[in-house]
Amino acid sequence: MSDLTNQSLHEIIEKIKTKKISSLELTNNYIKNIKTAKKLNTFVTTTFEHALEKAKEFDKKPNYEQLLPGIPLAVKDLFCTQDVKTTAGSNILNNFIPSYESTVTKNLWNNGAFLLGKLNCDEFAMGSSNETSFFGNVINPVGDKLVPGGSSGGSSAALAADLTPATIGTDTGGSIRQPASFTGTVGLKPTYGLCSRWGIVAFASSLDQAGPMTKNIIDSAIMLEAMCGFDEKDSTSIKKNKEPYSKNLKDNVKGLKIGIPKEYRVDNMPKEVDELWEKGKKILKDLGAEIINISLPHTKYALPTYYIVAPAEASSNLARYDGVRYGFRSKKDEDLIQMYENTRSEGFGDEVKRRILIGTYVLSSGYYDAYYLKAQKVRQLIKKDFDENFKKVDAILTPSTPSSAFEIGEKTNDPVSMYLNDIFTVPVNLAGLPALSLPAGVDQKGYPLGLQLIGKALDEQKILNIGYAFEKNCGFQSQIKKWWS
Amino acid sequence: MSKEKFDYFINGEKGKYEVVIGLEVHAQILSNSKLFSGSSTKFGGDPNNQVSLIDSAFPGMLPVINEECVKQAVRTGLGLNAKINNFSVFDRKNYFYADLPQGYQISQYKNPIVGEGKVLLDMPYGSKEIGIERLHLEQDAGKSIHDMDPSNTYVDLNRSGIALMEIVSKPDLRSPEEVNVYIKKLRSIMRYLGTCDGNMQEGSLRADVNVSVRKEGDKNFGTRCEIKNVNSIKFMQMAIEYEATRQVELIENGKGIDQETRLFDTKKNETRSMRSKEDAHDYRYFPDPDLLPLKLEQKLIDDLKKSLPELPDKKKERFIKEYGLNAYEANVLVSEKEISDYYEEVAKLSDKKLAATWMMGDLFAMLNDRGLDISKSPISAKHFAELVQSIKSGEISGRIAKEVFEIMVESGENPKKIIESKGMKQQSDPKELEKMINEIISKNKDKVDQYKAGKEKLFGFFVGQVMKLSGGKANPQLTNEILKKLLKN
Amino acid sequence: MSLDKEKIKHVAKLARISVNEAKVDSLTKDLNSIFKFIEQLNELDTSNVEPLTSILNESLRTRKDLINDGKIRDKILQNSPKKNDEFFVVPKVVE
Repeated sequence: MSDLTNQSLHEIIEKIKTKKISSLELTNNYIKNIKTAKKLNTFVTTTFEHALEKAKEFDKKPNYEQLLPGIPLAVKDLFCTQDVKTTAGSNILNNFIPSYESTVTKNLWNNGAFLLGKLNCDEFAMGSSNETSFFGNVINPVGDKLVPGGSSGGSSAALAADLTPATIGTDTGGSIRQPASFTGTVGLKPTYGLCSRWGIVAFASSLDQAGPMTKNIIDSAIMLEAMCGFDEKDSTSIKKNKEPYSKNLKDNVKGLKIGIPKEYRVDNMPKEVDELWEKGKKILKDLGAEIINISLPHTKYALPTYYIVAPAEASSNLARYDGVRYGFRSKKDEDLIQMYENTRSEGFGDEVKRRILIGTYVLSSGYYDAYYLKAQKVRQLIKKDFDENFKKVDAILTPSTPSSAFEIGEKTNDPVSMYLNDIFTVPVNLAGLPALSLPAGVDQKGYPLGLQLIGKALDEQKILNIGYAFEKNCGFQSQIKKWWS
Repeated sequence: MSKEKFDYFINGEKGKYEVVIGLEVHAQILSNSKLFSGSSTKFGGDPNNQVSLIDSAFPGMLPVINEECVKQAVRTGLGLNAKINNFSVFDRKNYFYADLPQGYQISQYKNPIVGEGKVLLDMPYGSKEIGIERLHLEQDAGKSIHDMDPSNTYVDLNRSGIALMEIVSKPDLRSPEEVNVYIKKLRSIMRYLGTCDGNMQEGSLRADVNVSVRKEGDKNFGTRCEIKNVNSIKFMQMAIEYEATRQVELIENGKGIDQETRLFDTKKNETRSMRSKEDAHDYRYFPDPDLLPLKLEQKLIDDLKKSLPELPDKKKERFIKEYGLNAYEANVLVSEKEISDYYEEVAKLSDKKLAATWMMGDLFAMLNDRGLDISKSPISAKHFAELVQSIKSGEISGRIAKEVFEIMVESGENPKKIIESKGMKQQSDPKELEKMINEIISKNKDKVDQYKAGKEKLFGFFVGQVMKLSGGKANPQLTNEILKKLLKN
Repeated sequence: MSLDKEKIKHVAKLARISVNEAKVDSLTKDLNSIFKFIEQLNELDTSNVEPLTSILNESLRTRKDLINDGKIRDKILQNSPKKNDEFFVVPKVVE
C-alpha cells in the first residue's frame, strides 16, 4: 500500500472508509516517519505499541460512522493522557503519569482516533519558539535552523513533517496560531469555553483554549467537531449543542463584511507581511466579501495586558508543583520551605520562573491595583473594541504574526522581542474569541506566512467558511522538503 | 434574675483596660460532598481515602461548586439576619503549605456571599447585639500530622476541599464570657438551621480570635493580634485572657504591640508568635479564573427564607408568651433545637411551668452526669410529662418524684406503672393522716409541750416524724395543715 | 517602577523559588525591561472602567450534592515522590 502520510486528514479518512488503506498500515507509515524524524525533536513520548494495538482493534471491528475512524493522532504534551507520561515540557513533571484522560483527548478517542505519542512544547506552554522545553527545542521542518513557533511547536512541526495526520494544541496567547503560521499549516483557537479545559495542564485559566492544528480547513472543521463539547467538569465550559462544522462547511463569502483593523499595521512590519495582508483582502473581495476598515484602538495595550494577566494566573496555577504529590522533588529537602524552593527552582526552567515572578509581583500587596486590576480594566476595553466592531463586521482579517519563522536562538536573550511575536494573536485570547490562522503565502526566504481570521464568540462556522473559500482561492502549497530523513 | 453590671477589665498598674475581641469562626458546612468535588465529607475516614484528583490538585483539575453548600451559606446568612449578596466572587488566597495542595485556597475576598448581619446575646447585664461583618464560603485545607514520625510530617487530604463558612464578627465582644455566649449562640443558630453540626471535637467549628486592649474609655482600638485556629471555647477564653494580659503588660512597660499571628499552646496555656506564617501575609488574592461569579436569583433566596425553621430568638419570645416562662428559662430551653422540641412535647401534655423547672433541674443534671444529649435521654418526653402531671395533681410529692425519676432513668418504665407497683402514691387521706399525727403527738408529749410554750422550730420535727411514719408518702401540704390544727389543741 | 534585587528576592520568596545569586543580575535586567513594556498601560485612564472578572457573561453552574468521587487512594498517592501506604510524606514542619 502506498504511503498516505503526505495527504490530509479528510483524504486519509476517505481512504480508510473506502478501505484503500487499513488503520494498521496507516499507523505503521506514521511510525516509520516518526522514527526517521528524530532530528526534529517533536516527540517527547511515543506510544507505538498502544497505537498498533488500537489500529488492529479498529481493523477487526471498524466503525466508519465515527468522525476519526481508525486515525492515529499525536497530541501536545499538555493534555493529560491516562497511563501515558505527561510532562508539559517541564522537568517538574518529567515523571508524571496521570491516572486520567483530558476531556478533549477523550473526545478524540471516542470519535475513533487513538494516541500515537506526545508532542514537545514550550514548558507549561510559555514560549513562542519551543525553545523553553526541558526536552530541547523543536526544529521547524521548513528549515533546519528555524523555530517551529510556540508553544505548540512540537505539534506544528510534527504536522508539517507528516508525523501525524492532524493534531491538537493549546492557545493562551497565540500558541496554536503562531506555530501554524510558522509552518504553513492551519491553526484554530476556538471561542473560550468551547473545548473543555479539564485535564489540560493549566497555564492561564482565563485564556487557555485547546484547538485543532491541521493541514487544511476541512480537517480543522472535522477535528474541532470531534474535540469540542460541553463538559460539566469545567465551570467555564459553554453549554450548547454541537455543530457539525465539517458538514456545514461552505465556501461562499458573498456579502460578508470583513473588517481590517488599522492598528494591526505595526511599525517595522516586514513589507511581505503587509503585501500578504493586501493579497488576503483582495481574494476575499474578489469572492464577493465587503472589505471595511475598522479600528480596534486598544490593540497596542493587549500585549502588556496579557503579560500581567497570564503570569498572574500562571503564578497561582503553578503553585501546585511543590514536590509533594507528584512530579520532581529536589534532593535538597532538609525542611519544607527549602524543599519547596529547591524543587521549584530546579524543576522549572528560566522562562517559567520569570513568569511566575512577574505574576507573583503583580498580585502582591501594594501592586495589585497598579498592575493586575489595571490589566483587568484594559482587558475590558479590548473586549469592548471587538464587541463594538462585531456589530458592523462578520469577521476581522489580520496577519497572524509580524514575521515568518525566526532562527533558533535569535530571540532567546531578549524576552520582550520574543513576546512581541504574539502581538496579533494575544488580543483574541483576552477577548475570548475564535480565530483561525491560515497559510497564505511565503516570504522572500520561502518561509510560510499566515493570515488570521477573527470571529464573534461561537462563530467558528463562519470563520471556517471564510477560511475555506480563501484556501481554495489562495493556492498556498507547502514547500517542505523532507531534508531530515 | 439580677441585673448585674458588665465588669470584665484587665487591671494594670496604670489603670483598667478594656478587651476588644473579634472572631473569625470557621464552620464546616453540613453537606454530603465537598465544596468543589464529589468526595465525601464524612469525619474519621481512612487517610487520603476521601480525596479526589481535584482535592489533591492534580494538573488540569477544575472546581465545580456544590449547590447545597451555596444554599447552606445563604440559610446561615438569613439566620444571622444578614444581607445576602446576589453577586459574589470566588478568589484565590495564595500561600504554600504542605496540606494546601493547590498552593491556594479558594475563598471569597472582595465579594462575599453574605454581608452584614447581627447576633443577639443574652448576658446577665442585658441583651447585647454583636455585629456580623460578613460570611463567606471557602475550602478547608488538609491535615499535617507531625507526631507519627520523628523526622517527617505526614499529610492527609481527607479534609482538603470541605466547605467552610467563615463568619467574621465585628470587634464587638468584650470578655471571654461574651465569646462563650456568642459561640454558643452561633452554634445554636446553625444547628437549628442544619447548616453546621457545631462539633468542636471534630473540628467542625474553629475560630481565629482577634484580641486588642485599650484603656477604659478610649475610643480608638489598640493593635490587635490574631490567635489562629482555636478549637474549643475553653481554649478561646484562656487564650484571650493570656493575650490581653500580655498586651497590657507590654503597654505598661512602654513597649509596642506587633500586629501578628499567634498560636495558642494548649500545653503551656500561652500564646506565642507563629514565625512560620510571617511572610505568608501577602496572600495575593485575585478572582479564581476557573470559576465564574455566583449570581443568585432573588427567588432562590426568598424560597430559602420561607423554608427556614423557627430560630432561637423567635422561639424564646414564643416560649415566654405561650408557656409563661421567664426569660432565663426560655433562654435555656431554646438553646438547642432538640431541647426545645423535647420541652414542647412535655409542655403539651403537662404543666408548662413545672415541666420547665423539672427539665432544667433533674433532667439536665442527669443528662449532664451521663454525658448524654437530650436526643439520647433514657426518659421519653411522654413519660416525663406523665411524671410532671403526677406531681402537679398531688399524686406524688416532689421527694417521691425524685425517686420515681431515678427508677425511670434505670428502667425506662412509665412513671404511672412505677408509682403503682411500688405503692408510692402520696397519702392524701386526711383521716389516715390524722390517725398518724395523733399517734406521734401522743408519743412525744414533752415536745408538744415545748412547742406550745413557743419553741416553734419543733414544727419541723413533727413533719419529719410524719414523713418517717408514712414512708415519705404523706402529702406535705395536708400534713402541715393537720399538724398545725392538732398541735393547737 | 523599577525592580531592585531585594524586591526580586522578596517576590521569589513569596513564590517559593530560590534564586541563584549569580543569576539575580540578569533576572533583574530582564524583569525591568518587561515591566517597562508592561507599564505602557499607564498611558490609559481607566478610572471609569469596570474590571473584567470573567469573559463569559453567565452565572456559575452548580452541581448536585452527591458523593461520586474519592476512594482512589492508590491513584492519589501513586505519583508522589515520597509517600507511605496512607500518607504523603514531607520534611518535618515545625510550627
